[in-house]
Amino acid sequence: MTDEKAMRMRSRRSFLKAGVAALGGVSSFHWLRTRRDDDGVPWPLRRVLETNEQLARDYFSTSRLASTFPESMAGLPRENGREGLSAGFDFRSWTLKLVSSVHPKRLELTLDDIRALPRVEMVTELHCIEGWSQVVHWTGARLSALVGEAGADARYVGMETPDGGYYVGMDMASAVHPQTLLCYEMNGQELTLEHGAPLRLATPVKYGIKNIKRIGTIHFTNTRPRDFWAEQGYDWYAGL
Amino acid sequence: MKKLQSRHRLPIRCFHWINVAVLAVMIWSGLLIYWANDVYRIGIGSVTLFKFFPQSFYSTFGIGFRLAEGMSWHFAFMWLFAINGFLYVSYTIFSGEWRYSGIQRFAYITIIVMGAGSFLTGLAIYKPTQLAWLTSLLGGYQPARFEHFWITIGYVAFFCIHVAQVMRAGWSNFRSMITGYELVEVEKASSD
Repeated sequence: MTDEKAMRMRSRRSFLKAGVAALGGVSSFHWLRTRRDDDGVPWPLRRVLETNEQLARDYFSTSRLASTFPESMAGLPRENGREGLSAGFDFRSWTLKLVSSVHPKRLELTLDDIRALPRVEMVTELHCIEGWSQVVHWTGARLSALVGEAGADARYVGMETPDGGYYVGMDMASAVHPQTLLCYEMNGQELTLEHGAPLRLATPVKYGIKNIKRIGTIHFTNTRPRDFWAEQGYDWYAGL
Repeated sequence: MKKLQSRHRLPIRCFHWINVAVLAVMIWSGLLIYWANDVYRIGIGSVTLFKFFPQSFYSTFGIGFRLAEGMSWHFAFMWLFAINGFLYVSYTIFSGEWRYSGIQRFAYITIIVMGAGSFLTGLAIYKPTQLAWLTSLLGGYQPARFEHFWITIGYVAFFCIHVAQVMRAGWSNFRSMITGYELVEVEKASSD
């Protein structure tokens, strides 16, 4: 058999295999795209996001800190997200409710109670999931200071606005990270209503979507709390 | 007389074509993500020569309002991109398939460096807190995002040049990336 003939045979076989492989690739893509919806994404991709989360949680350490910046770099972030900030909010009657489903415990704290906790300041970068970021000077109390009060042993923390219009869920390790703060001041000023007064979360270990404004309730639990954006196709963990 | 000569071994051909498919998914899902904060352009001062990307581009390819979808594909296919890319480069170097020289060698070293660059800048914007050292090393979060974007534009440029060169080199060269073999003209005396 001449080499020309051998080449023709090889070509036929190889192109046939390549065609089958290409068809396989295109069908896999189509298969993935058309899988049953799991909170806004095809379920196989949701499983991958959850696997990525497990790996990230294994690697996560509360001793690994986000970069901090000089105060002069701090600025005002965009007001993205009005969910949960309904009109007619009564600032004066606000209290922070701590609920635990691990221990039958219920606490109510006033803003003065929060202010009485050790005051922490940090200048960190807020990362919006959209891709922009802004260095902000935050002042508040560590969320970890409250975990001891009501949340011991719980695996997750859920937070909701007083009207229940916005809610986030967080793993305990992220919640007790030293840079996870319940903030009442931003850039040296009292927090404004648009930015989450009287109390909001600020944490560089999560995307901005988890930095919930106007917290009404903090819930300690062993089951994964619901999360507003995770129901819309985003990663539940959203860790940075 | 023409003689059959091995050009690309099977693993190389697999890595190559898997990379084509995976990179296509990465660029497509990357565009879905980039749309949500599309800040890059070519221009000086207030003069913009080209905005990445014009509205017509987004509407033609159906890019808008798909950030969550883009992120879920990007963070799934990143594994395939990294694993396949690592195997591709390792095999090329250690199997002795690395026989490029001159300008070709420069081109392939550039593409390997770009692959590593995509991986590292990608990690820096994926976990800027847990990998804060890496993000800082690359100049910060926004610089790393900028680098990640421009490396991708570099891939597209490489792709155009690569395809043009393959077309110039002809059918037999292209076929060798599918079949692994090429027919080469040899003198009768020198063939055994």
